[in-house]
Amino acid sequence: MTHILSLLVENKFGVLSRVAGLFSGRGFNIEALSVAPTQDPSISQMTIVTTGDDRVIEQITKQLNKMIDIIKVSDFSGQDYVLREVALIKVSAKGADREEALRIATIFRAKVVDSSPTTYTIEVTGDDRKIEAIVNLLRPLGIKELVRSGPIAILREDKNK
Amino acid sequence: MKLTGAEIFVESLKKEGVNIIFGYPGGVILPIFDVLYHEKEIRLILPRHEQAAVHMADGYARSTGKVGVALATSGPGATNTVTGIATAFMDSIPLVVFTGQVPTPMIGVDAFQEADIVGITRPCTKYNYLVKNTADLPYIIKEAFYIASKGRPGPVVVDLPRDVLANKADFVYPETVSLRSYNPTYVGNRWQIKKAADAIVKSKKPVIYAGGGVILSNAHQELKELAEFTNIPVTLTLMGLGAFPGDHPLFLGMLGMHGTYPANMSVHNSDLIIAIGARFDDRVTGRVKDFAPSAKIIHIDIDPTSIRKSVHVDIPIVGDVRLVLIDLLKELRNIQEKNEVIEEARKQWFKQIKEWQKEHPLWYEYDEEVIKPQFVIEKIYELTKGDAIIATEVGQNQMWTAQFYKFIKPRTWLTSGGLGTMGYGFPAALGAQAAFPNKLVFDIAGDGSIQMNIQELATAVIERLNVKVAILNNSCLGMVRQWQELFYGERYSGVDLGDVPDFVKLAEAYGAVGFRATRPSEVEPILKEAIKIDKPVFMDFRIDKMEKVFPMVPAGAAINEMILLEKKKKTEKMKIVK
Repeated sequence: MTHILSLLVENKFGVLSRVAGLFSGRGFNIEALSVAPTQDPSISQMTIVTTGDDRVIEQITKQLNKMIDIIKVSDFSGQDYVLREVALIKVSAKGADREEALRIATIFRAKVVDSSPTTYTIEVTGDDRKIEAIVNLLRPLGIKELVRSGPIAILREDKNK
Repeated sequence: MKLTGAEIFVESLKKEGVNIIFGYPGGVILPIFDVLYHEKEIRLILPRHEQAAVHMADGYARSTGKVGVALATSGPGATNTVTGIATAFMDSIPLVVFTGQVPTPMIGVDAFQEADIVGITRPCTKYNYLVKNTADLPYIIKEAFYIASKGRPGPVVVDLPRDVLANKADFVYPETVSLRSYNPTYVGNRWQIKKAADAIVKSKKPVIYAGGGVILSNAHQELKELAEFTNIPVTLTLMGLGAFPGDHPLFLGMLGMHGTYPANMSVHNSDLIIAIGARFDDRVTGRVKDFAPSAKIIHIDIDPTSIRKSVHVDIPIVGDVRLVLIDLLKELRNIQEKNEVIEEARKQWFKQIKEWQKEHPLWYEYDEEVIKPQFVIEKIYELTKGDAIIATEVGQNQMWTAQFYKFIKPRTWLTSGGLGTMGYGFPAALGAQAAFPNKLVFDIAGDGSIQMNIQELATAVIERLNVKVAILNNSCLGMVRQWQELFYGERYSGVDLGDVPDFVKLAEAYGAVGFRATRPSEVEPILKEAIKIDKPVFMDFRIDKMEKVFPMVPAGAAINEMILLEKKKKTEKMKIVK
């Protein structure tokens, strides 16, 4: 099963390599990983998408918690969270396809962030289902390049508080 | 006043109470050796190889309970420490290993004797540092000792670039350490402890399975109290030997691959396993699927990752073993009720254990003509009365010692359990001897293992570390040969070591003393003489080449499927007992 792990870590050199090394050294999967500083510049936030049965996920969480540079580990699975990923898609757009590419972008509330006589670069934000949907629609036009950020996630606040 | 990085290093170590460093010099680490030249409070012991320096620090740490310190230069000096560090990591031994590094502006340019030791040791250290500023040294050293010794102990590497050692900074040593990201749980959850106490009282066939964590947290007294108060038999892991008296009536012996028959059968048939500071290693559990099929498991450990890593646990308790045992005993003393059904069942359980003990005790066939290795170990035990510090190498020598030497006290047993490092024992024994100059320290070795760090004989002689090395010499790699005999159709590939070197002459060449025994009657006189002599001694015991370690749980079998040496037969015969 897929799990979204959100980590608060010390913003020091070598931390990413420690985390990556833990996953490779113990045979755990990383499907996606993103990392950036938080509002506190001494702390970075990492989002890791991983898979495994309950026993494996329990070990991953415990092993991460044990690492000296990791301040907090949260498993978002089963909780109410907002997840977003950014994709930049460079798509072939010539003649009538230029109109079609723009139409698809509008449907997904995506933005054209760069254009050339033969291409558009489209920026889209959403969860992986939305990104896969737009990619599938753009594919017939000819995708020249696709870059995805990997997901980031944040817990929703309790509305009754 | 401003001090150089090298001076700050030495002053910081003094603040940490370090009085012995095991260190080997080289280019970039010279500033430190220069300061040590005038240093009176710290003894510098010069090994002949950096790997041995780390094993010495490890033997020092295991025997004293303090943090061991080793020092090496950059590049090859640093990479030579890796086996020593990995050994300590697998056995949770507190070490701080300082390595030299090329000057910071040269890091990453493939400079002479440059190695990325922080990258290399990342997976085999508890934590590691590359120091970038001289001013950071005091707090990094403070943190390194803190991390190495607190929670589940382990080795920490601190990499010291030459310019960091040469530059000056103010020296203020921090009083305390506070790490927002490292806060081990020491006190066990009260509710879980209550549940554990309840399960213990209700169990009909309980057994205590304790490991190295008991020694690391100094909980041997509490373990004894628990066993005696609840009247529950105790088995120990290889790492746990000495955590419970080896001559205690409740002691079942070691468990696992070469564990005793009663220990393995008790664990396999128990209805409650109380695991204390042990981690269900594959050498202990055998085939996990069939491990203790009807047992409930209580697992007490300071490291949450050890819990449910390989076996299912019913009552996990995260905390310092000693503190948890104190709380558990309190809880147990509050339970007054008596249950006749349970009492009767416990009687039956002890009766069953007695039978197992009678059926298949630890045993070897004594021979008048040929020296049996177990006989040598029994003699060492008799002559030292269990009061010596005993190191071993890895292989048959290690297993025979674990089986036939009765460890009475904690911190008298130095062996590489997790990593299984041949060449560990001799330098570890030297480290322990440096810590306790007046104690008797033995290394029980094989002729293969001893040659993996034999150069340390020079260190022993020069530093007057009078370790007694008993080589159980069968002219081959005995444990590998045993596997080849039992599981590889007697194809003895790559195990014959021949009759070289002549260990007696070799000892003499180094200025130590050498003895050789070929007959059982010579064993005791030689041991007595070796103990008397005020020098390091090599004893070359020519043992029975065919002798094997039994019982044995073959790889992949369950722990109740042991190969045993059958008794009262002239010819050796093996039997699978199910």
